Amino acid sequence: MEKIGLIVNPIAGIGGKAGFKGSDGEEIYREAILRGAVKESGQKALLAVRALKAAGAQPTILTCPGEMGARVCEAAGLAYTVIEVPGAEVTCPVTDMPETEAGETALTDAGCTTAADTVYAARTFLRMGAALILFAGGDGTARDMLDAVGEAVPVLGIPAGCKIHSGVYALNPRRAGELAAGYLQGKVRKTKEAEVMDIDEEEFRRGRVQSRLYGYLRIPDGRGMVQNKKSGSRYSEQGAIERLADYLADTWDEESLYIVGGGSTTAAVMRRMNLANTLLGVDLVYKGQVAAADCTEQEILETMDRYPFAGVKILVTVIGGQGCIFGRGNQQISARVIRRAGRENIIVAASPDKLLSFLGSSLSVDTGDEEVNRYLSGYMRVLTGYGEYTVMKVSD
Amino acid sequence: MGYVKKNRDFHQARWDEPFIMEMGNPGERGVLVPQASDEVKKVSGEVSELIPAGLKRKKAPKLPELSQMQVLRHYMRLSQETIGTDINIDIGLGTCTMKYSPKIHEQFVRMEKFQELHPYQDESTVQGILEIMYKDEQYLKAISGMDKVSLQPSGGSQAIFANVQTIRAYFEERGEAEKRDEIITTILSHPANPGTASTLGYKVITLYPDENGLPDIEALKAAVSERTAALMITNPEDTGIYNDRIRQFVDIVHEAGGLCVYDQANLNGVFGLTRAKDAGFDMCHYNLHKSFSSPHGCQGPGAGAQCVSEKLAKYVAAPTVEYDGEKYYLDGDRPKSIGKLRMFYGVPSVLIRAYAYIRTLGADGMKQIAELSILNNNYLIKKLLEIKGLSMPFAEGRFRMEQARLSWQELTEETGVTTDDICRRIVDYGFQDYFTSHHPRVLPEPFTPEPVETYSKDDMDEYAAAFAAIAKEAYSEPELVKGAPYKAALGARIEEECLTEWGKFATTWRAYKKL
Repeated sequence: MEKIGLIVNPIAGIGGKAGFKGSDGEEIYREAILRGAVKESGQKALLAVRALKAAGAQPTILTCPGEMGARVCEAAGLAYTVIEVPGAEVTCPVTDMPETEAGETALTDAGCTTAADTVYAARTFLRMGAALILFAGGDGTARDMLDAVGEAVPVLGIPAGCKIHSGVYALNPRRAGELAAGYLQGKVRKTKEAEVMDIDEEEFRRGRVQSRLYGYLRIPDGRGMVQNKKSGSRYSEQGAIERLADYLADTWDEESLYIVGGGSTTAAVMRRMNLANTLLGVDLVYKGQVAAADCTEQEILETMDRYPFAGVKILVTVIGGQGCIFGRGNQQISARVIRRAGRENIIVAASPDKLLSFLGSSLSVDTGDEEVNRYLSGYMRVLTGYGEYTVMKVSD
Repeated sequence: MGYVKKNRDFHQARWDEPFIMEMGNPGERGVLVPQASDEVKKVSGEVSELIPAGLKRKKAPKLPELSQMQVLRHYMRLSQETIGTDINIDIGLGTCTMKYSPKIHEQFVRMEKFQELHPYQDESTVQGILEIMYKDEQYLKAISGMDKVSLQPSGGSQAIFANVQTIRAYFEERGEAEKRDEIITTILSHPANPGTASTLGYKVITLYPDENGLPDIEALKAAVSERTAALMITNPEDTGIYNDRIRQFVDIVHEAGGLCVYDQANLNGVFGLTRAKDAGFDMCHYNLHKSFSSPHGCQGPGAGAQCVSEKLAKYVAAPTVEYDGEKYYLDGDRPKSIGKLRMFYGVPSVLIRAYAYIRTLGADGMKQIAELSILNNNYLIKKLLEIKGLSMPFAEGRFRMEQARLSWQELTEETGVTTDDICRRIVDYGFQDYFTSHHPRVLPEPFTPEPVETYSKDDMDEYAAAFAAIAKEAYSEPELVKGAPYKAALGARIEEECLTEWGKFATTWRAYKKL
């Protein structure tokens, strides 16, 4: 019988309803409780687990004690195995507030569980041979999962946090359960890389949105069931990326210096060129070789100075829910680099599915230099397949 | 007084039929072909010797061996497992224009005089069909405003393909073919436009709609250049929204030196109201089986018409049908032509129906088609949008022409029931499943009805009532909808991967056996 891991971040989302932009940090958490916030992530996990059960999947559920999972399984009437998680054992004081269906209590005290518990549990489930790990939380929890298991095992997020910019979450809790069931039953066999995005919460509370690409988790590829899948083309996203990688490889200009930004789309291009790649960094390619890997802005500028290149091309993809081309995960390709390369030498490549999530809105740039942002704004072609482009609006 | 039947207690036949390839027994025969008599053999020799050695099979083909009755029963059973336009209210296949195809047309195409024609007959013996084709062309010239028409394409996509070939031929002659290697289209134009352009080696530049729901004109201005070969665009788009800036689109592309191609596969919304040439287009095409009424769907016979302006006339697919004042003839002597698209000219059965359709309706009748289609659609939308969970989110407030793309997104978010679930459930009510959207799905959980001109108010009320009933089910008993269909011939659900993964689908028996 297939094993599935279940982790509930009990405090995920608690900051949201109290008017905070996240739930990180003990102070925020305490303040949220004082403002009367109630934990809801268990309820959301319960919806997912019920959907899993309704879909006829009968996996062995590995989970954490108490609010980190066991109570949810209990409420859903599913058999489960609890692992020991230091920290999750601490019982939070019960107040006169009634328990929710998922066995959550309105808390008067902080603490109980931490990010370290999520990491610990996920690694334990991986070791125990879980085929999939379901986790309820937000972007912060996704980052914890990234730290814990990376792409070693498929995972799937049950959306419960304040901020969901990451693409690892199902559209809603029920879809999470259904997709997990589909995966366990072999109806959905493919998995795909999904972005783990998070923003700097301190900056965000001050009103500045600064999100970052932290890496990729592997999720079941359920069309129309995961977030950021507003579009749902019938054809595989991976196929489109392979075709655009083929196109770039076929039209690659050996005499030009290529500045290749981070992300899984550009990684696919590097793979197609048989070149080593830095997933979350900037690599330089010249004459079919990696001239420099994981470069800083300074290193890029120095390389541009050093050789008399016939041309310079910048290859980037679209990152995250805000559709950022520059400024998220590729700050090394700075305003100075962009100015020197020239707008006409920028190649933006992304799958049609990804672009469709920006229909009705625009892509963005945030180079930190307003003049360059303006220079980049307007309309830009985005390569979406073999010689196929979509014209996208870019706002500064 | 109208009536609304909410449930006709429909139940389709369900036969667990094997593939015909798996049926029969060795030696069973449907027809016993008599041996040639000695007298005949004397003249012909051994029949098997008449076939050149190179064409002879080494092994007999693995065909199923069955009697006539078994074959008949098999196909009659399969026929009971389909839902055709003639037995249901076929409003759901938006963009397909499932209008009534007058039965008298079937008498015309089944006439012996027509059935027994052969494309290798001498022209002098097929003047009748050539005259019909020629006159079809003349009518289509009047309807499109264009100067030359070829009826050679066997369907809409082939007509679009012919138009892209014409683009290339035009620029080749001007010595610009290499430079002009980009074709611009819109995300809501039919996928055959980027598809054919791509097939012929063009780069494809796609435009998204702006905040008004129309293709972004500023994006077009940014996209055109000396590399632009053409604009290929549908109007109204799949959403039913008419692009009233179309003339500006055409002018922008013309100023850049490009050609403009109008995809008029579905003409119903603008039949007799607008003409491609008047909007400045250089080319257009029609799917004659749609707006000009032929039974279609299930890969049934289609026919395409390629229509071009004077300056492109010499490039159209050859041969063309011409008339010298005395006789009709096929003109294959067209040196600048893009050549043959297929072995023989046109799809005569569809061309005969189109001829009858045009002659019956006349110019005023055609205009009425557009007016009625638009009226019907707007009535139906109003009825459908009363249903909880169904909305028309794109370009709100904009007028819809003959079809509309609706969305079940709200219902999906509230109940978990998706458009694909509803698509299966509607079959339990005795309706054909509906068309969601071309791909990619620009709108979430899409549904694209098109009531054309032939459905009555009662029909539309009944159709809308079925969806209202399903929406109610979704809110009260979502699992019922998700588990559908229960009364259809096909009960099992196909894994989506079997439709999208190269390694998992087969289009021939031999490929299937290999899986």
